[in-house]
Amino acid sequence: MIANYGYKDGSGEYYISIDTDKCIGCTAARACLTACPKQMFEIITDDYDDEVAWIKKPNCRTLAYDCADCKPSGGYTSLPCITACTPGAIKHSW
Amino acid sequence: MNAEVIAPTAPEKKEFWRWQENTWVDETKDWKTAKIITCGIDVGSVSSQAVLVVDGELYGFNSMRTGNNSPDSATNALQGVMDKCGMKLEDIHYVVGTGYGRVNVPFAHKAITEIACHARGANYMGGNGVRTILDMGGQDCKAIHCDEKGKVTNFLMNDKCAAGTGRGMEVISDLMQIPIAELGPRSFDVDVEPAAVSSVCVVFAKSEALGLLKAGYTKNKVIAAYCQAMAERVVSLLERIGVEEGFFITGGIAKNPGVVKRIEKLLGIKAMDTKIDSQIAGALGAALFGYTLMAKKAAA
Repeated sequence: MIANYGYKDGSGEYYISIDTDKCIGCTAARACLTACPKQMFEIITDDYDDEVAWIKKPNCRTLAYDCADCKPSGGYTSLPCITACTPGAIKHSW
Repeated sequence: MNAEVIAPTAPEKKEFWRWQENTWVDETKDWKTAKIITCGIDVGSVSSQAVLVVDGELYGFNSMRTGNNSPDSATNALQGVMDKCGMKLEDIHYVVGTGYGRVNVPFAHKAITEIACHARGANYMGGNGVRTILDMGGQDCKAIHCDEKGKVTNFLMNDKCAAGTGRGMEVISDLMQIPIAELGPRSFDVDVEPAAVSSVCVVFAKSEALGLLKAGYTKNKVIAAYCQAMAERVVSLLERIGVEEGFFITGGIAKNPGVVKRIEKLLGIKAMDTKIDSQIAGALGAALFGYTLMAKKAAA
């Protein structure tokens, strides 16, 4: 399942997609939890009883601001969450 | 001289936004002979539904406006349908809560997100050919892909703003002073299809609609412009995850042909028909989840 967390507003589309098929049985020891400086990721049991990562609810509405520091303008060349997720489950839409 | 002070009386305010609450029970079925009775309660931001499923089949439902208290809304929704068929809470084997207020359903055994429940409900209502679901809820909008069993494969949700939601339509209904059920049909009664109003914000759309009225637009033309804006808004959401054949719309806006027809035109595909109230999809899915759990338990 592709789970898209985020929103679209007048300034653009801000979604973080998590491919739960790649997230189940994570081979990166849930590195996303510590890689994100804002600690936006959390492990939950989803509706199909799988343990997967999701974005904490309050952050889903403020992604454009929460992720800003990790974007190239913040000095990063690659996003910490995507780099940490070696199974390749995480994507950003912007 | 003593002047008599007369308190000004407030003019009667009509609630044009108020949609039809609905209770239904399948009189051809007898729940007393059923093996498994499950219930789904969808406490949404605008409406609440209670659905009864008897041996895996839809038996009855109650759809009503959500109050300011989620547990009360859940209780009232369920009481409405139980009263209609003479059922008691202890007759129900399993209750699943869903929607924004899912964790506040006092008698629920489990809570499941409305995304999974809408997919499951749409699968029941439209059959196993349903692949893309658009849920136009009271204060959010969801685009969902599912497989032939109604299991979610991709989803996207927008709950940050009211554009493209039922609440937005209620605002326009009140502004135009036209009952909400009439908005859709009236939106087609225009000589030329107008350009859409703002599709990114209900507040902007409302002020733009006022401006159009002052500029000489008829009410019908303003409604058409708003329906078009809603359609464009949700289509942009759908396009982000893609639209597959087997397109199904759930939620209250599915009852508004002014929005539905415009969505179909923008996407180039027709939405699947159903005889079941589109507003109960979430609660129906929840009740079906409950049935599956109970059936597995009984088989074990």
